[in-house]
Amino acid sequence: MIRVTDLNIEFFDHERPETVVYDFDLTLHEGEIVGLVGESGSGKSMSALAIAGLLSRKDMKKRGEILFEGVNLLDCDRKTLRKFQGNEIGMIFQEPMTSLNPVKKIGWQVEEALRLHTDLSKEERKKRAIEMLQKVELHEPERVYEQYPHELSGGMRQRVMIAAAMICDPKILIADEPTTALDVTIQEQIVALLKRINQEKKTAILFISHDLSLVHQLCERVLVMKGGYVVENGSADEIFYHPKEEYTKKLIAAIPKVVRKTEKDS
Amino acid sequence: MNWKKIRKNKNFIAGSILTGIMLLLILAGCFYTPYNPNTMDPSAKFAGVSLKHLMGCDNFGRDIFSRVLSGSRTTLIVAAGTVLIGVVFGILIGALTGYYGGVLDEVLMRINDAVFAFPSILLALLFISLLGSGKYHVIIALGIAFVPSFARIVRSEFIRNKNMDYVKSAKLQGAGDFRIMFVHILPNTMTVLLSAIMIGFNNAVLAEAGMSFLGIGVQPPDASLGRMLSEAQSFLFSAPMYALFPGLTIILLVLGFGLLSDGLKNE
Amino acid sequence: MTENILEVTDLQVSYPVSRKTPFEKKKSIQVLKDISFTMKRGEILGLVGESGSGKTTLARSILQMIPYEGTIIRNTVQPQMVFQDPYGSLNPSQRIAWILEEPLRLKGGLSKEERVQKVKTMLQRVGLEEKILERFPRELSGGQRQRIAIAAALMLEPELLIADEPVSALDVTIQAQILALLKEIQKEMNLSILFISHDLRVVYEMCDHVLIMQLGQIRESGDVEEVYFHHKDPYTGKLLKAAGIETA
Repeated sequence: MIRVTDLNIEFFDHERPETVVYDFDLTLHEGEIVGLVGESGSGKSMSALAIAGLLSRKDMKKRGEILFEGVNLLDCDRKTLRKFQGNEIGMIFQEPMTSLNPVKKIGWQVEEALRLHTDLSKEERKKRAIEMLQKVELHEPERVYEQYPHELSGGMRQRVMIAAAMICDPKILIADEPTTALDVTIQEQIVALLKRINQEKKTAILFISHDLSLVHQLCERVLVMKGGYVVENGSADEIFYHPKEEYTKKLIAAIPKVVRKTEKDS
Repeated sequence: MNWKKIRKNKNFIAGSILTGIMLLLILAGCFYTPYNPNTMDPSAKFAGVSLKHLMGCDNFGRDIFSRVLSGSRTTLIVAAGTVLIGVVFGILIGALTGYYGGVLDEVLMRINDAVFAFPSILLALLFISLLGSGKYHVIIALGIAFVPSFARIVRSEFIRNKNMDYVKSAKLQGAGDFRIMFVHILPNTMTVLLSAIMIGFNNAVLAEAGMSFLGIGVQPPDASLGRMLSEAQSFLFSAPMYALFPGLTIILLVLGFGLLSDGLKNE
Repeated sequence: MTENILEVTDLQVSYPVSRKTPFEKKKSIQVLKDISFTMKRGEILGLVGESGSGKTTLARSILQMIPYEGTIIRNTVQPQMVFQDPYGSLNPSQRIAWILEEPLRLKGGLSKEERVQKVKTMLQRVGLEEKILERFPRELSGGQRQRIAIAAALMLEPELLIADEPVSALDVTIQAQILALLKEIQKEMNLSILFISHDLRVVYEMCDHVLIMQLGQIRESGDVEEVYFHHKDPYTGKLLKAAGIETA
């Protein structure tokens, strides 16, 4: 459904030009959850931002092709890009505090994509927004609709973000470390919610994370990135249990194992 | 503060060159001026620009170039003194209120606000009317008027820094409050403070010029840039050079420090 | 040596709620309720909980940085602390050499040469090269900074180290290195570490005993093995499950 070929991203704002993503290839099919794993500086967030069409800075050069419904997102104009953003491609970020506008009510923010991409009346928009808030398992959606971001907890804010990203039923959801800032029990709930959305709506999800065990729980296919390169690419089980690359092995070995000490010794 | 980056900033480079040249000229003026700045030469009244008198002469036949040199020295001393008083007391008040907070903060900052509410020139006028005019009184008056703006800047920087973990670890290592304030936190306010000092310097140059222009600053026969402008205004049409050169000097001084401040702030 | 280095009995901490006017009645919220535990010399005690559970408050009361009720007996010199964010815990305007020397300067009694010698020894201990001494914190990577933070905390040779989420801001491979370093140093110096973390895997790897906290109370405590594989409190089970840890 979306096909990325030979994506290269190069920055010019430093003294030397610096390539942060090399020859990135990715095909995302309908209803698929793909994980993008790497440490800081691996280029995983850059690739995701490029796919979402959010990299439009003047001091960088992008090469390659991001084909979505026959359009190359890399060299189409702003107008075409905006037609896709929010409507066909949704995105959620790591920090739900800064990715919501602090002075706008939750309802307004969830509706924003509808306002931009549909001709629905005010009432219809509100109805859709409240339905959506309910779908992301927020209690009392009518009340949340009238609240401001600072009145919600981190987990609730991330649910609101998901509702806002999903309101136009996008075909693709890009999730950039959506659970990193959350407590582990909340993290589990958000992951379950993403899984459910994926199953119900057949939304393809690109899940970016530094947490390999989390990615293993959620994704079918995994790309491991390091220093701008995709070093390994395969099914989640294959990568988690039979990694081929040294770097992937190192990543997995770095996750502390919880095994009974008696078994550990033997 | 990232000096490597600052040194490459174009504003900073231009500002340092400009300020450097001005300071060098003024320094040279301390030891040598072509003429005694206060010696009148009736034969040279309103002499034009020539090799003999680089900037011409004023209504008493005094050499304007010599007077600009000694005048900018006076202006600079006043500005430096003003900023020094403002910075020292500003740091002290800002550090104490920002670090301790509480009642001390409330009281000092309300006084600060009250002082801040008056335009600094007005405040300086008030002090001058109490103290009498003269170079040193101008320094004290302007200095006091400048304290609040520095105090605010330092205070907000201290509030930002005092909750950072490095302050906590310094406490655990056994550092006392004063050491934490002045050895640990203060260097971290330097980028902001230095840029404020440059702007303060500009304001002080302008304030001194303004006060001397009004006749309540530096007293004759001492030259200051503001006084020269004030004296020149009666001859604006007959001898425009007389106003032009002191005015240009003020502009160059202010521009130089302005560029320096910009260069510091942007990195 | 199995004497207790730390005994906490009936610890209560409450924060005053800020009032809108000075005339309102003073209110406070209790953030720690009836906390009691002991810590043995030379052990690593894990402190697990989600945000708002009071982990950091507990650390700060042990360090006597906030007022509390109850008793805290510390059989040790001033404990030192390693913080989560290695960007904020090192003074940004000072060079590494200065930062590492500062504790010794504060303590006094050593000449400049002796201080420099001690700093160099410690630097080697945490696996860094001497050329780093002339750098500023911003010129170092996250992992290097955390090594420096550990070195700075150990300069005064504390017996108790409180590590508040020391690896949560780091990449997983760097995290593993820092954990290994902490363990090594702990063995070598017979250090006691109060290891605060939200990451149950890391705690299992590091700790001998563990306290599970929720909403200002201790829900469960004991030997790590016991707590992870035979937990009595349902909250512990919930945490383990959420972390994807199979204990059946």
